Amino acid sequence: MFSQPGPDKSVGAAAAEDSAAEPPERVAEFEARIARGESIEPKDWMPQRYRRQLIRMMSQHAHSEVVGMLPEGNWITRAPSLRRKMSLLAKVQDEAGHGLYIYCGTETLGVDRHELIQQLLDGVAKYSSIFNYPTLSWADIGCIGWFVDGAAIVNQTMLAHASYGPYARAMVRICKEENFHKRQGYEIMTVLAAGTPEQRVMAQEAVNRWWWPSLMMFGPHDAESSNSDELMRWGIKRKSNDELRQRFVNQTVAQAKAIGLTLPDPDLEYDEATENWKFGAIDWDEFWRVVKGDGPCNRERLAARRAAHADGAWVRDAATAYAARQSAAAPMLEAHGD
Amino acid sequence: MATDTQWPLWEVFLQPPKGEAHEHAGSVHATSAEHALQNARDVYARRGEAVNIWVVPSSAITASTPDDMGPFFDPGNDKPYRHPQFYKVPRGVRGV
Repeated sequence: MFSQPGPDKSVGAAAAEDSAAEPPERVAEFEARIARGESIEPKDWMPQRYRRQLIRMMSQHAHSEVVGMLPEGNWITRAPSLRRKMSLLAKVQDEAGHGLYIYCGTETLGVDRHELIQQLLDGVAKYSSIFNYPTLSWADIGCIGWFVDGAAIVNQTMLAHASYGPYARAMVRICKEENFHKRQGYEIMTVLAAGTPEQRVMAQEAVNRWWWPSLMMFGPHDAESSNSDELMRWGIKRKSNDELRQRFVNQTVAQAKAIGLTLPDPDLEYDEATENWKFGAIDWDEFWRVVKGDGPCNRERLAARRAAHADGAWVRDAATAYAARQSAAAPMLEAHGD
Repeated sequence: MATDTQWPLWEVFLQPPKGEAHEHAGSVHATSAEHALQNARDVYARRGEAVNIWVVPSSAITASTPDDMGPFFDPGNDKPYRHPQFYKVPRGVRGV
């Protein structure tokens, strides 16, 4: 999963004041470090806008991991076997872990996780639009692993080389775990595609539903992507939205063919000259509609996050009260770390 | 609902199973050292990545500052004679 490329007023509005007060020689020195491929670390000097762009991108990425648990969590109780249920539980737990890795990385930029989560619950922060689509059948769980995690791996493999050290290191950790996610998804699809006629129909319908939204995950075309140039100049992104999307299409076509499923695009055609699979036009109206809050599940997802946060309040309160009582009862022990 | 306060931050260090030194993995929020250890296990060691975990209150770490990096590390940067490549060995001699 990853951040939702899209407009963010908080970044744009502050841009002018950001750059006004910054000594040009420090900015030049910073950009020279990026050009030399050095890793930028939390206490290093960095332009305000670099910091702001990272906070925006990393927190959206973290939120995406957390919200991403919802469509899959929907099927935990209805997984078709114990094996599938164990895998799905482990995968959903990983997504929570991924969210925490990235929140932790974002906090190194001087924001509190608490504050970021509040922005999500208030509906101010964005997350990847793919999670605003519903999981209608078990095959959707297979498709999420295969397409959505597959697309995430393409993006996150690039981000593992991002110029900001804590982000890159979180991505390395995440990439190691995502491969399990993708393979368990592809295995689900392989079994369904080789199953009864009903199962094959279910698998194909899921592919039809998830293919286009998965391509949208990479964000607008390069020409329309407002943040891309800057993110690439500062080494946060190393490849453009269109390059990453093409890489994902190229690898997925053969995977679909291998298990006898059809990607729902009549314009899909191999181009010998570029060695790329050309694909049809993406429905950007749908993309922007979902980004702006009008997808099939936007309201449901936020309501579920808010309910989960409220329902967990007693656990947080109990842990705080327990810690306070422990340290009051045994201050010496606490001081020694026991 | 009680007001949500953020629990203190702890840095997490994992020791891999093959005897390497502890390495920084990330951070967790927790109410106590024990709580931090449990959270660190769940967040950073779901796949046998560690045989031992250290958690340290983030506020207890003192770090060198990037702005002083040059002068701070300077004493170690200009002493090539601390490296074996500084010394010449006659051709054909092995194992030195």
